[in-house]
Amino acid sequence: MIELIDYGAGNLTSVRKALSYLDAVFETPGTPEDLSDATAIIVPGVGNFEATTALDSAWRQAIAKAIERGTPLLGICLGLQWLFNGSDEAPDVPGFGAINGCCRLLAQETEDTSVVGNYKVPHVGWNSLHRQRDSWILEGVNEGNQVYFTHSFAAPITTECVGATRYGMDFASVVERDRLVGVQFHPEKSGDVGLRILKNFLNRITTS
Amino acid sequence: MLSKRIIACLDVRNGSVVKGINFEGLRVAGDPGELSQRYNRDGIDEIVILDVTATIEKRKALADTIQAVAKEIFLPLCVGGGIKDEAHADAAIQAGADKVSLNTAAIAKPELLTTLARRYGSQAVVVAIDAKRVGDIFQIYVRSGQQATRRDAVDWAREAADRGAGEILLTSIDRDGTKSGFDCELTAAVSNAVSIPVIASGGAGTFDHFVEVFTKGQAHAALAASIFHYDEHAVSDLKLHLRKNGIPIRLSC
Repeated sequence: MIELIDYGAGNLTSVRKALSYLDAVFETPGTPEDLSDATAIIVPGVGNFEATTALDSAWRQAIAKAIERGTPLLGICLGLQWLFNGSDEAPDVPGFGAINGCCRLLAQETEDTSVVGNYKVPHVGWNSLHRQRDSWILEGVNEGNQVYFTHSFAAPITTECVGATRYGMDFASVVERDRLVGVQFHPEKSGDVGLRILKNFLNRITTS
Repeated sequence: MLSKRIIACLDVRNGSVVKGINFEGLRVAGDPGELSQRYNRDGIDEIVILDVTATIEKRKALADTIQAVAKEIFLPLCVGGGIKDEAHADAAIQAGADKVSLNTAAIAKPELLTTLARRYGSQAVVVAIDAKRVGDIFQIYVRSGQQATRRDAVDWAREAADRGAGEILLTSIDRDGTKSGFDCELTAAVSNAVSIPVIASGGAGTFDHFVEVFTKGQAHAALAASIFHYDEHAVSDLKLHLRKNGIPIRLSC
């Protein structure tokens, strides 16, 4: 079963609707033990990074074990940020740490001070994906396709970055390492491009 | 580059899309589910459902309408009209809304913005401001444009942002339904006062009105209803026009 983790960070109705639309069967795990036979894990989330503290050590261990078993994992928005070491938004809250680096506030890294005023934070709206290298999660997604963002903090470009987006600075909008993936935008709100990305993730499950 | 958003507004009453002029004289324009699917195919960036009569008739936005639209449209969806407390907001969000828009209730109980922002995140909280030029200021009206307040739109926008609103949906009552162009002065005044995105609304009549509001008006998004409803202009034609004029937009692939 696909496990859609609800740790209280934002509303999951849209994600559920999109998964149902794609004929995916999923459940919300009640305890970390429910992840032991997961076919895939989705970590969604919007809001403050501090909300990820609800993913305590028991959850982290269960997720880490699932990743070791090769279970595909998709982090969405805050779920992507959580895959990193942490975020300046809540410096005392450790991230999952699967990917090295720390998430930072968007505007603060804009070096060209003359344009800061044009970059409102949060970054809300449709922006382009720039392909960094071959990727299964972005299969069928073209260079420059646009997706819907709404966030204030963003992840750095690392070797795991397969899709980058520019908003005052370049940040990682899609990360991928083996079967671990994360997207900063909302695929469930990004029209056909978003549905294609969700489908790519679901396809990874049936072929795994 | 971040695209300017084109938003279609569905003014809904009893499950049908209606459109009035200057907030009055409603006439029927179609089925919300069918209209939003047509817009989606044509490349709309976002959909707003406004239950236009909700505040007056004490009705909350219809969950059925929201569900009908949300079922097959995977775009940002905002719902407003008659949302006066947390329970109303929650009902809209559970039905499939990503954002709720508050107008009368936000003025009456500004702390509601903070409560909702804490519960759902600022990205889910939109403050709708209906403003009318009165002398040198932009005076706010509530209750679907029926009741004047003493508040100024620019001041209120600032306060709303401080209290946790994530976006401002700014409607010019003077321009609403007139097709004489957005009020760019009003839009720029509010946009310059806050750090959150401003959606301009009221007055869209030609494609050039959109170019103006994105340049002169400094809007992040523009909302229209009647210009789209009656097939007068397709969303895709508008976007091509904007692109030709150097406005960054999303073209569907």
